[in-house]
Amino acid sequence: MPIRAHFVEIRRELALILAFSPKEKEQPSRFLFGEDSFSRDLCGGRRATGVPTAIPLFRFGNYSRLKARKNLTVIALLEIKNLQVEFRSDRQVVRAVDGVSFSIAAGETLGLVGESGSGKSVTALSIGRLLRAPPAFYAGGEIYLEGRDVLKASKRELQALRGRVVSYIFQEPGASLNPVFRIGAQIKESLQLHRPDAATEAEVVRLLNQVGIPAPEARAKNYPHEMSGGMQQRAMIAMALAAEPKLLVADEPTTALDVTIQAQILALLKEVQQRLGMSLLLITHNLGIVGQMADRVAVMYAGQIVEMAPARELLRRPLHPYTRALLRAAPRLGGSGRLANIPGSVPRPGAMPGGCRFHPRCTMARPECAVKEPELREVENGRHVRCPYWNTP
Amino acid sequence: MPVLEYSVNADAPLLEVSELKVHFPVKHGILGRVRGWVKAVDGVSFDLAAGETLGLVGESGCGKTTLARALARLVKTTSGLIRLQGEDMAQWTGATLRARRRQWQMIFQDPYNSLDPRMIVGDIIGEALEIHHLAANARERQARVKELLESVGLDGAHASLYPHEFSGGQRQRIGIARALAVDPKLIICDEPVSALDVSVQAQIINLLQDLQQERGVAYLFVAHDLAVVERISRRVMVMYLGKIVELGPAEAVVRAPRHPYTQALVSAIPEIDAQTQRPRIILSGEMPSPIDPPSGCPFHPRCPIAEERCRTQVPQWREIAPKHWAACHLADRNFST
Repeated sequence: MPIRAHFVEIRRELALILAFSPKEKEQPSRFLFGEDSFSRDLCGGRRATGVPTAIPLFRFGNYSRLKARKNLTVIALLEIKNLQVEFRSDRQVVRAVDGVSFSIAAGETLGLVGESGSGKSVTALSIGRLLRAPPAFYAGGEIYLEGRDVLKASKRELQALRGRVVSYIFQEPGASLNPVFRIGAQIKESLQLHRPDAATEAEVVRLLNQVGIPAPEARAKNYPHEMSGGMQQRAMIAMALAAEPKLLVADEPTTALDVTIQAQILALLKEVQQRLGMSLLLITHNLGIVGQMADRVAVMYAGQIVEMAPARELLRRPLHPYTRALLRAAPRLGGSGRLANIPGSVPRPGAMPGGCRFHPRCTMARPECAVKEPELREVENGRHVRCPYWNTP
Repeated sequence: MPVLEYSVNADAPLLEVSELKVHFPVKHGILGRVRGWVKAVDGVSFDLAAGETLGLVGESGCGKTTLARALARLVKTTSGLIRLQGEDMAQWTGATLRARRRQWQMIFQDPYNSLDPRMIVGDIIGEALEIHHLAANARERQARVKELLESVGLDGAHASLYPHEFSGGQRQRIGIARALAVDPKLIICDEPVSALDVSVQAQIINLLQDLQQERGVAYLFVAHDLAVVERISRRVMVMYLGKIVELGPAEAVVRAPRHPYTQALVSAIPEIDAQTQRPRIILSGEMPSPIDPPSGCPFHPRCPIAEERCRTQVPQWREIAPKHWAACHLADRNFST
């Protein structure tokens, strides 16, 4: 029971706060969710059960104001519930995301792992409602950003959410930057849209400096093609940070970069995240990056989350057969012998196998796996698995 | 850099490369005056035994793809020598060259763009058989294509399908079958698994290893992922700014790298297990331009342990441990990790 009722209550209270706030600016800038002592204080000693452990807050705007309200509860920054996204054409309907639910607390890093076609990017783009619709169609579910439902938001509400609450960086920085404008001008544009008061050259230089671009005054005058891939990704991060988002969605931010540059960018992301108290949704196919960056991990396969757990526990003791196989298939430094491979390939959306979607490739599959679709269930504290046989060796 | 006297067995190596240079002109203005040279490959020497796998790692822009393409005779070399089975490659022209091309083949990174979308798989693989007159008639060709498809784990009936009907991993298998069609001695694999998902990547690596055991084909395996290269290669060489900075047995290069660049490369790989995480060396800056490489050791501007002589003297290419070579003034000293 508790969680659902809890949320209804939270939302009612939130509506109250919003109603009482004279200006949008003065709204509490952070809500948190979880079991640390801080949030327990905030909740007046009430403990939320079965919720993801929250991460200590680094920046908490109107903390005192929040605390002043006795009966206030805290909510997740992002909450996705049973999201279903379809791509529709005249000929067919393809469900790319099928019943994805997860939440991210303030300051937390969630790693979203999966192979190509697993639906991780579609999930990420849905948060800011960035998919072109049609062909995309939000067939069901809810996405709450700071308690506001993104999928029901008006155009104006969306504009307020994009940038200020959720910002993105993508895999190919070269493709995301406009080739005909100088870097500085592009960052300034982001400032003008989201923080018009701060749209100055000095702020642009400060942002470039913040992401570790040497000689920021000179670099601001560069065009994207005059910068290397690593520098372009830094500029993209600066642009995303210009709006001071509460959640940064990084969709394979280092896949196009070399390992030494990747190490630089990951260190940078971690550093700015901690300094600004930002949440991070990190989408990657690299389990090593997850181990290094994430607090919690959600593993996606064929449009569904198959396992979700604290990162370290998941990597040390994966429970779902797919996660186990994935970890065995990843080449590690200093490993020897043959790599364990997963037979077959990821099913195409639109041609999903019945029952458990992983059963044709699963070495532990039983006859009933082909018939009955398993549910994502919490099997241990904070560990969710979509396999009824996770416990059998 | 002296020619390497390294081979796995006493026989003449399959491939010998000495002092290979590939420079590209940088042209300027409408007259096309040459303003400078991009030294993509700048004095590279190594050899490769029959049936061996030599891994080549480096970051983008280090010249590894240019080196691979030069060895496949897809770009013109500026100077240096490439011998395949003792014969100088540069001497081959016309019909000789065409006949010799059977001895090496290439597998490319992008399985989507390296297959002609308008040809059925049977023709993609069969074309090579025709060019080299390896099939007497259509029926023989068909049988051979079927056999090749089966050897890479595909169904013989797939020969009548088009590339878009396959997944990325299956397309890479088609690329491998095409390379195997002419029964080459050497396959140059240019980032063959970089575009694939982890689960499929393992399948392709295992397939390449199986094919090597069956056919005794040698691989030059080019990749940027050191963990993948280590898994498949007997020896690994590391390239930086057009030069080889380290070459040695795969295990030694990964576990006890001698060159500071290799050390940084190894430490930059995000490790899955938190327990085994190594101290991280995060290099500052990026690879300098190959048009105007730094003086002395090309790595010195980013090197955490550089000394005065690194700025002025080009380091010697020397054997630091048995069969383990590196070009670093401090290669003996920095071996403490």
